[in-house]
Amino acid sequence: MSGASALGLQRRRLSRWGLLLAIVAGVAVTAGLFSVTPLQGRADFLVVAVVLVLAAVTAASWSVEGGRAARNRLATGLALLALALALLPLAFVLGYTTLRGLHRFTGGFLTHSMAGVGPLSTGGGVYHAIIGTLEQVTLSSLIAVPLGLLVAVYVTEYGRGVTATAVRFLIDVMTGIPSIVAGLFILAFYIIALHRGFSGFAGALALTILELPIIVRASEEMIKLVPAGLREAAYALGVPKWRTIVRIVLPTASTGITTGVMLAVARVIGETAPVLLTVGDNSFIHTNPFAGAQGSLPLFVFQQAGSSSNFDVQRAWAGALTLILLVVVLYVAARLLTRRNTLAQR
Amino acid sequence: MTVGALAGADPGTLSDRRSRRGDAAFAGITRAAGLVVFALLGAIAVFLVVKAIPALRHDKSSFWTTKIWDPDVSGRFGIAALVFGTLLSSVLALAMAVPVSLGVALYVTEYAPRRISRLLGYLTDLLAAVPSVVYGLFGLFFLLPRLVGLQSWLAARLGWIPLFADPSGQAREYSKSIFGAAVILAIMVLPIVSAITREVLRQADPAIKEAALALGATRWEMIRTAVLPPSRPGIVGAVMLGLGRTLGETIAVALVIGNTFSTSWHILPPGGATIAANIANFFGEAGALGRSALIASGLVLFAITLLVNFLARYVILRSGREERSTV
Repeated sequence: MSGASALGLQRRRLSRWGLLLAIVAGVAVTAGLFSVTPLQGRADFLVVAVVLVLAAVTAASWSVEGGRAARNRLATGLALLALALALLPLAFVLGYTTLRGLHRFTGGFLTHSMAGVGPLSTGGGVYHAIIGTLEQVTLSSLIAVPLGLLVAVYVTEYGRGVTATAVRFLIDVMTGIPSIVAGLFILAFYIIALHRGFSGFAGALALTILELPIIVRASEEMIKLVPAGLREAAYALGVPKWRTIVRIVLPTASTGITTGVMLAVARVIGETAPVLLTVGDNSFIHTNPFAGAQGSLPLFVFQQAGSSSNFDVQRAWAGALTLILLVVVLYVAARLLTRRNTLAQR
Repeated sequence: MTVGALAGADPGTLSDRRSRRGDAAFAGITRAAGLVVFALLGAIAVFLVVKAIPALRHDKSSFWTTKIWDPDVSGRFGIAALVFGTLLSSVLALAMAVPVSLGVALYVTEYAPRRISRLLGYLTDLLAAVPSVVYGLFGLFFLLPRLVGLQSWLAARLGWIPLFADPSGQAREYSKSIFGAAVILAIMVLPIVSAITREVLRQADPAIKEAALALGATRWEMIRTAVLPPSRPGIVGAVMLGLGRTLGETIAVALVIGNTFSTSWHILPPGGATIAANIANFFGEAGALGRSALIASGLVLFAITLLVNFLARYVILRSGREERSTV
């Protein structure tokens, strides 16, 4: 050991205690600064402390280990800081919504509509909006899932040349279409040009545009994972290509595709902008999605949030909590399903 | 099970012909589905143009330079202020989000233990799915009141930079501003940009990384020499995809922006408007001409995002590999 250091092969390293000391020194200097100078406030303290701790660790490392190791420590510290900066607001979003939402998140809230609820009323709920959202998302999935599967099959199994490349490229571009533009398109096409008026189905059409590219991509990835040997075995048995796809490739990929569909549904269930322009909103329970204005959960949150009444704002938070719970349930279910997906396990 | 199904197919020429016809039909159906994608994008462009024309024809001012939005009453409207606000808030949001996203992606791919890295991956994917209306609600009632301190600090210390100037002194009070919109956009786009960047960084050649470490490079030196240079085009693509996302973000911005029409560079005082937020906020009170005007503004947004996405995909394609994150 001593021989190695005599040869200069072993670099001196900052010990764990040295690191701790540098961190404590950084915090202590910050505390000193805040007691002596006019600096104050919890947030300011945190900012100054983080900067000083990073500086102290880098300086300590520089004096003991040299410049290269010090830069390495600084980079590690900055990466950790980035992680903290990213997780903090996200934790606040979920935590604060839960905190405020639980106030009004009751059985009555979930089972009542907004029919006859005045500006000063504490009652009312999201029942009508949940019905609307579930119907709209189901309808859009009924269109987007088969269509998306067919497009994915085309792109992976049949598509060759310029057309297939173009379709793949356009699907990528479609993921970038702003949700409000999808809503505007249905407004221009279905509601204005075809004179259909607002309805849950119009909302479903707008959601379909957003759901389609997500489903295509997820299915495409899964179909690509199906082992070539399985296909070849089927061909060797004389099975036609289309039956191979329908009876072997798609069933093998089905778990992964289901996961993709659930994630796509989780993505569009909270889309507000497209439904804002297409479903028309309704505070009564309206179960027919094909005619007449319908409610929607994200739209409910948006409208209650924009109100000046405190009761409305409370309902907005409870609605937001409902929405998050729906998304989380879908997401966790999709993840649990992934565990059973033998294809995706590398 | 499948074997049983296969055995059901009778051998012979009849079945051959039938299966060939089946193949042709199925190929035709999937091809038609592929063409639907073309048709859909085409229809979006066509219908937006057609329904925008009435408003553009009736516009009593210049559509490109006017900073007013009043199509139904005075017939004067233009998208100058809207485009300005859209670009400014998005660029600011990315300026805040990209360094953090890059740090997160680096941490997840290069520093974190495998288990934590996977957990963080799940978490960011989930957060990308949190609805924008929730972010908007959070921004309006939690973030904006707490940004006041930061705003007055910026105005007091950095007020000499035009961007942070606060001539009216209103930034010291609770307000809906471009800055607030940019902060909430940054929070929203963070999981998306970091998820795509993470996929990009994962593609870095492990052999080169190990070679760098074997030559005695520290971890940071390894990242700087073996991970970042080949990932650069992919990261640029990720940033542009994030830009596409922030440009079109509607509801969250609609809740936290001031809705005034100007092309002022001051981001702290109340004000600001974006194309998407303007559509959400004015749709309720818009008449026939107003709706047509909103569609016209949506057409501009569609063109801008399409351009950004085309460029992003082009950059990624040219980098020679495919990053097709589902986010």
